[in-house]
Amino acid sequence: MLDLTDKKVIEIEETANTIREDIIQMLLAAGSGHSAGPLDMADIFAAFYFHILNHDPKNPEWADRDRLILSAGHICPVRYAAMARAGYFPVEELKTLRKFGSRLQGHPERMHLPGLETTSGPLGEGIAQAAGMAYAARMDGKSWRTYCVMGDGEQDCGIVWETLLFAGAYKLSNLTVVIDRNNIQIDGPTEKVMPLESLKAKYESFNWRVIEVGGHNIRQFVEAIEEAKATEDRPTCIIAHTIAGKGVDFMEYKFEWHGITPNAEQAEKALNELRTLGGKIESE
Amino acid sequence: MSDTTKLDISGKVQAPTRVGFGEGLAIAGRNDPNVVALCADLTESTKMSGFKKEFPDRFIQMGIYEQALVSISAGLSLAGKIPFLTSYAMFSPGRSWEQVRTACLSKTNIKIVGSHAGVSVGPDGATHQAIEDMAITRCIPDLVVINPCDSIEARKATVAMAKIVGNCYLRLAREKTPVMTNDDTPFAVGEALITRDGKDVAIIACGPLLYQSMMAAEELAKEGIQCRVVNNHTIKPMDQTTVLAAAKDCGAVVTVEEHQIAGGMGSAVAELLAQNNPVPMEFVGVHDKFGQSGEPNELLEFYGMGVKDIVKAVKAVLKRK
Repeated sequence: MLDLTDKKVIEIEETANTIREDIIQMLLAAGSGHSAGPLDMADIFAAFYFHILNHDPKNPEWADRDRLILSAGHICPVRYAAMARAGYFPVEELKTLRKFGSRLQGHPERMHLPGLETTSGPLGEGIAQAAGMAYAARMDGKSWRTYCVMGDGEQDCGIVWETLLFAGAYKLSNLTVVIDRNNIQIDGPTEKVMPLESLKAKYESFNWRVIEVGGHNIRQFVEAIEEAKATEDRPTCIIAHTIAGKGVDFMEYKFEWHGITPNAEQAEKALNELRTLGGKIESE
Repeated sequence: MSDTTKLDISGKVQAPTRVGFGEGLAIAGRNDPNVVALCADLTESTKMSGFKKEFPDRFIQMGIYEQALVSISAGLSLAGKIPFLTSYAMFSPGRSWEQVRTACLSKTNIKIVGSHAGVSVGPDGATHQAIEDMAITRCIPDLVVINPCDSIEARKATVAMAKIVGNCYLRLAREKTPVMTNDDTPFAVGEALITRDGKDVAIIACGPLLYQSMMAAEELAKEGIQCRVVNNHTIKPMDQTTVLAAAKDCGAVVTVEEHQIAGGMGSAVAELLAQNNPVPMEFVGVHDKFGQSGEPNELLEFYGMGVKDIVKAVKAVLKRK
């Protein structure tokens, strides 16, 4: 399935850029939410929805689909945009984000929008839900895989380490976690707020395989997913090193953009950058 | 009242409600291959051992973590399993409340079983005596909350919960308590049972204190006070018809529960009556205190949940009629 041609890589990168534009427009319309995380995970979500996942946007409840759980629920704009572009629902609906009556709740809710798999946002719960799904799939001898996207700040939560123990102990090799390692959380850089390093050593000591990749390098990320699929004795954690706010110069690397949204002027500037500097987003 | 609702109040046969749960879980396991059991390092204590022996492949040892216990169960249920998860009530749903809430918001299908609830846990002391668990569960939308009166009812509740598509909380106790019901006693989730009839005061009880309520009603009858006793095992969704009828027919209500007065079963009854038929009420339960070490009956008496306390409450509410 995963025959990744150079042409395909370029297509995914272009899709990721479209998703970034969607994100800026959604956040502007919503007037609240998170900017940095959704932007920096655009490449990975494009890779998931347009290459990695075994899924059917027209049949989101298909029993044998791969499960993608977004544990860091607050970056849901990137997931909503990727889902809309993949055909789960009309792109026009994106502008309803966070509005009354919208299916696009401020944090993802499975009862509102088919295809979300879970309700997430209270940090750390998603990885535990994902581990439960992976365990059930193995009990039933099913071949579908469970992927879980987490934030790095989220690694502070106790439930994460409870689940790492569980998945490591039960060798849930059908579970792959992707950590958005953008080094920021609301109050500042992760290593100042609550140091996580060495994150790799921590996961490995819990009996996880760890692969580190550039989070904006589609080919590297897809290869890491392939390695995870080929690993049969452990769950895998892909630490994706990303640039917070990727693609919008004035947001990049800035923790201040974790939990705020652009105003009209900033959004216009951001969209202009994304439209004219598309080349910036290429694989590094 | 039919003959089948007649309770055995001899107190001769005793068993803990958690034992009935263990039996019920094994039955549920035989009924449905999707039933799985998860335990936070308390397999024997929460009586999951029978299920584990019979269905070793469907039992999951979790270690001592209750937050992931709930969210992993939520994940299992979203993939088609019917997880029963056990710990002590103090820790699940106590420690895992947020995860329980998200599971309910997510409309999963998990069965949270909290054992060792109430001050009757005894010598372990206040840290392990969950007397707030019904308050924190019944305030969550769509969560079914059941506190069975004895071991047999716990067994029936467990089998019934497995058939409900939705999240449930089953509250259990550690100590042996009188087995009052039998195999033929009717049980349905959300249907309270009149276990003694009378027109003077309604005693609405849940959990093993139904026994003390029945004893109190016996004593009061000797003084000419006829109480209706209601086994209100399902705290949510509550049997409004039976509770409202009891309030209407008797004109005064005493609620009895081994739980904090704030937010418990009595509060739920009060919320219902305040909106429909406010009658004088008294509340038997723990009045804004923590527990402590001691023997179960000693503690029930100390915290005001003994037979004499129920008698006193009935007399007090009668004066206000």
